Amino acid sequence: MLTADIKIEYDAQSQTLTLIITGEIDHHSVGRLREQADRELAVRRPKELVIDVSGVTFMDSSGLGFILGRYGKAEPLGATTTVKGASPLIHRILRLSGADTFVKVLK
Amino acid sequence: MKNKPVNQMRLEIESKSINEGFARYAVSAFAAQLDPTIEELADLRCAVSEAVTNAIIHGYRGTSGTVYITAKYYEDRTVKIKVADKGVGIEDIKQAMQPLFTTDPSGERGGMGFAVMQSFTDKLAVRSKPGKGTTVTMTKKFAPRD
Repeated sequence: MLTADIKIEYDAQSQTLTLIITGEIDHHSVGRLREQADRELAVRRPKELVIDVSGVTFMDSSGLGFILGRYGKAEPLGATTTVKGASPLIHRILRLSGADTFVKVLK
Repeated sequence: MKNKPVNQMRLEIESKSINEGFARYAVSAFAAQLDPTIEELADLRCAVSEAVTNAIIHGYRGTSGTVYITAKYYEDRTVKIKVADKGVGIEDIKQAMQPLFTTDPSGERGGMGFAVMQSFTDKLAVRSKPGKGTTVTMTKKFAPRD
């Protein structure tokens, strides 16, 4: 429905794990996203983590926490984290927290 | 600045996270009566989401309670939204409002709730009494429409 959904893709060649999030990321939906994402991160141990938010229709600071938390899990693995498809609103929230200084943010 | 509101509404929701979406939709549907821009409405919806989430996570710490939301708008296109809880209250408001400060133990909350509220609205006021509850009042003025 409106609540956030996550689809996970892994490219073995580039060792890139992509989390495709759609819908609304808020406190209510973020726990479920986190569980599934962390499970994959632990199993795949990728070189690159991409969080695709182009289909995200709403995000508050819960989404920020999700992105920062996943960065926190990817970084010790030596993986870079990129947020792809960030809308102006998402961009703003990331900039507010300074997250865009260590997470790459793409439109 | 403001006299009597042109319109107002009152909403009481249970402190369940599933109501966070409903609350922000209800408030933005109400504010939409002013025909704001998409960005203005998105900002407001985000700010409301933060306030309601704070009431649920921090005010009531996941226990059951009621979150009281009132929304009013005025002739000059100012919207005033109050989100109140009768929860634990905030010991040090100044500290709580510092960006990245959070009392959430999970390490997953960004500590940016108040910063987002402040950035996305024109005015933010927080009143709280430990043991009694917290009221967050947000004001946002929509740009004039032709």
